[in-house]
Amino acid sequence: MPPTLTPPEIDRHHHISDGNNGHKPPTDKRTGGNGDGDGDNWNNRPQGHRGPRERLAQARIGLFFALGGDLMFFIALVSVFFVTKASGHFDAYSHFINEWLPTAIPSILWLNTAILLLSSVTAEAARRTMFREHDAMDEWFGIGRPITRRATLWLSLTLLLGGFFLIGQWVAWDQLAAQHVFFRSNPSSHFFYLITVTHAVHLFLGIVALIAALMILQLSRSLSTRQVFVDTTVWYWHVMGILWVFLFLLLVYGQ
Amino acid sequence: MKPSTLRHPARSLLHAIFSTHHRNVGFGYLAISFIAVAIGTLLSLAMRLHLTWPAWHFPLHGLILPEEYLALVTMHGTLMLFFVLTVAPQSGFGNLILPSQIGSRRMSFPRLNALSMWLTALALAVLLAAFFVPGGAPMGGWTSLPPLSATPLAGPGEGLGMDLWLASIAIFCIASTISATNTLTTIVKLRCNGMRWERLPLTVWGWFTAALLSVIAFSVLLAAILLLFSDRHLHTGFFLPSNDLINGVLLQHRGDGSPLLWLHLFWFFGHPEVYIAILPGMGLTSMVLANFSRRRIPGYRLMILTTLLIGFLGILVWGHHMFVAGLNPFAGTAFSISTMAIAIPSFAKVVSWLTTVWGSHRTPSSAAATSRFPTPMLFALGFVSFFIAGGVSGPILAQPILDEYLHSTFFVVAHFHLIMSMAGLFGIFCAIYYWAPLLIHRTLSEPLGKLHFWGTLIGAYSTFLPMHFTGLAGEPRHYAQLNGLAGPGMTLLQSTMPLQRHITIGAIGLALAQLPFLLNLILTLLRPAQPFDNPWNATTLEWAPGSLNLHPSNQSPVVHRGPCQYTASGENFLTQWSELTPSQPKPE
Ligand code: HEM
Ligand SMILES: [Cu+2]
Repeated sequence: MPPTLTPPEIDRHHHISDGNNGHKPPTDKRTGGNGDGDGDNWNNRPQGHRGPRERLAQARIGLFFALGGDLMFFIALVSVFFVTKASGHFDAYSHFINEWLPTAIPSILWLNTAILLLSSVTAEAARRTMFREHDAMDEWFGIGRPITRRATLWLSLTLLLGGFFLIGQWVAWDQLAAQHVFFRSNPSSHFFYLITVTHAVHLFLGIVALIAALMILQLSRSLSTRQVFVDTTVWYWHVMGILWVFLFLLLVYGQ
Repeated sequence: MKPSTLRHPARSLLHAIFSTHHRNVGFGYLAISFIAVAIGTLLSLAMRLHLTWPAWHFPLHGLILPEEYLALVTMHGTLMLFFVLTVAPQSGFGNLILPSQIGSRRMSFPRLNALSMWLTALALAVLLAAFFVPGGAPMGGWTSLPPLSATPLAGPGEGLGMDLWLASIAIFCIASTISATNTLTTIVKLRCNGMRWERLPLTVWGWFTAALLSVIAFSVLLAAILLLFSDRHLHTGFFLPSNDLINGVLLQHRGDGSPLLWLHLFWFFGHPEVYIAILPGMGLTSMVLANFSRRRIPGYRLMILTTLLIGFLGILVWGHHMFVAGLNPFAGTAFSISTMAIAIPSFAKVVSWLTTVWGSHRTPSSAAATSRFPTPMLFALGFVSFFIAGGVSGPILAQPILDEYLHSTFFVVAHFHLIMSMAGLFGIFCAIYYWAPLLIHRTLSEPLGKLHFWGTLIGAYSTFLPMHFTGLAGEPRHYAQLNGLAGPGMTLLQSTMPLQRHITIGAIGLALAQLPFLLNLILTLLRPAQPFDNPWNATTLEWAPGSLNLHPSNQSPVVHRGPCQYTASGENFLTQWSELTPSQPKPE
């Protein structure tokens, strides 16, 4: 049996339309991973092979959804923060006891925050160099790899600043420990540590991604592969930076 | 193919196992589900036998102690809900069929895809390890309610066993989030030309909505697990009231936590989770019913909308699991209203299914569909049947005043086994029978398939329908034994014993009814593969010639219309990929 039946009867049933009621020819609207679909028309290629923009767009969308999930993780933590802050119990004399004592914020955290914000700037510089057409041309003509050179510089700087941030967080935990504020000390210190540590774990993953991106900058010959890795790493880095600002403000003003 | 792969089947097997191709990943997920469903079924039979004949000594084991009964409940629920009903429909078939259904040759991130399958396998291994550690498996139920789950003092399985449960589910959460990210990106970015959103088959809409829910819900569960872990090991008290006594021991911890907080976090995940389990099956049911009734789906866009709406409302109703847990009564009312609201899109779905099949007197339309009701169609109808039968008790349970009595009775067990477990199971079977030509290059035997269907249908109803009555008579959930109490309660529960025996025999029948299915699979796999060519005369893209093995050099398919375009007589149809348009007949 042929895969498609084309009997005359179908012609008589005009209510079988192609679903667009004559508005547009069915395939002129591109779906899936095309870029701007200009001159060199990637769309004529099989889908999944439509060039660098498709890979980049996919990686960005994937990151977007994954970070959406991550955001829910932190929303849950922050909700529990507020619930715990407000809860207490009644003692034998019917007094409402709330054990929450705000945790003092080590002042080094302000410095760390500034460093992290700065690292986002250098990261963005690295991301932008990946898309400079002049430099891509140079590489195309074999004059050198200016993209890789510049991006390596900016990314290494980001890595350094990211490392400083993590060390700074470590110092903050140390300072708190010196004041005998530990994870288990108080409901509010639970959250101080939970929030800073889970964020630090995310930032550590970001550092791993930075190192991977730096390696790929050196090793990969395909420009699009380098672009995808640097671009997604930097977006991830930005989101972790913004997230930190929110979490930090919560710890400073929300306790 | 390299000659070496031909000579060493073992090597090519290894190759398949460690491949990142979405078909291999999909089969990996199905294998995980198969292991989980086999073990989960045995556990449930042990529970039934113990409930009915509590004095019976199990061979090799002996008497089942109450705490062992609770461990059985916990492991059964966890295996079935996480590793069967979430893994098979969403991740299994979402890998095996989804790419070809949208005209893509791959998933977006093949390596991450394989990684999430292996993480899921690891999660299963960690969970099963709980049987073999000192103290045995955890006993807090699939919802792991604190304070039972927050301290080893609560019972034998609540030590290492509970930690393994937490580790397993945490890994599962990460794996599911990765897998859902992959599914979403694939659907957003890899549709072939012409495959606009409103032309996506409803199965794809089911996978899409379920993946959205996964991304939202599993992260919250992960956060909850982290907090519970720290309650267990780091002396916090997020979920523990201060000065709580457990088994006569005063808990040492800081803070004024509350088990209610866990309930909020857990059910914020838990209710979306039950929709993750059922949405792919709902989509498949729509498509299969239309396929075999040779009808268009009435209100196609409305069906897309109801899928999304069910997903959206599903996020807002978690409180209906907490009516009697100390929830503020006003919140209870709000959750009650949002829960009832879900009944509206659900009802629209049911109406659409019924109008699709109603009065569709079709003659057999192809060689493979030798009767008006081929096996996939039967299982889709079974899905509808269970969805209705389980759905009617939903709005009853959604009323706080009625739930006060019914919560924690077997009435709830009846509700969710019909609407989720059995409907979900029938969705999986429907998928297997319907897509068998694509999965194993052979159609499964019809007579054995029908035997399987009727056996399973009758077995399922005789098991789960009577649970409504034992629940109404007051049979509590999570109780190891129904006799041995004193007073009128004893008399009441004792009076349910004949029904209990009926349920147990039904459950054994339900398990035995799977033998024809296994036999069917084995016999079919022993036959040589047969070439097939859209055996069900379907309209969706996975049946397009060569769609399974789109070679990179092939022209990728182009879609010209939505699915399910059948003529009024039902004899003829237009596939999504055929170029013919009615106004422009193909030139001679
Ligand atoms: C009309 C739609 C529905 C309504 C109004 C509804 C309502 C409810 C309510 C109020 C409960 C809580 C009962 C209690 O614990 O006392 C409940 C439990 C449950 N429902 Fe539904 N439901 C509906 C559909 C579904 C669907 C579609 C599924 C799954 C696919 C489902 C799965 C469950 C499960 C698993 C439980 C029990 C969870 C547990 O305690 O372990 N329900 N339902
Ligand atoms: Cu629910």
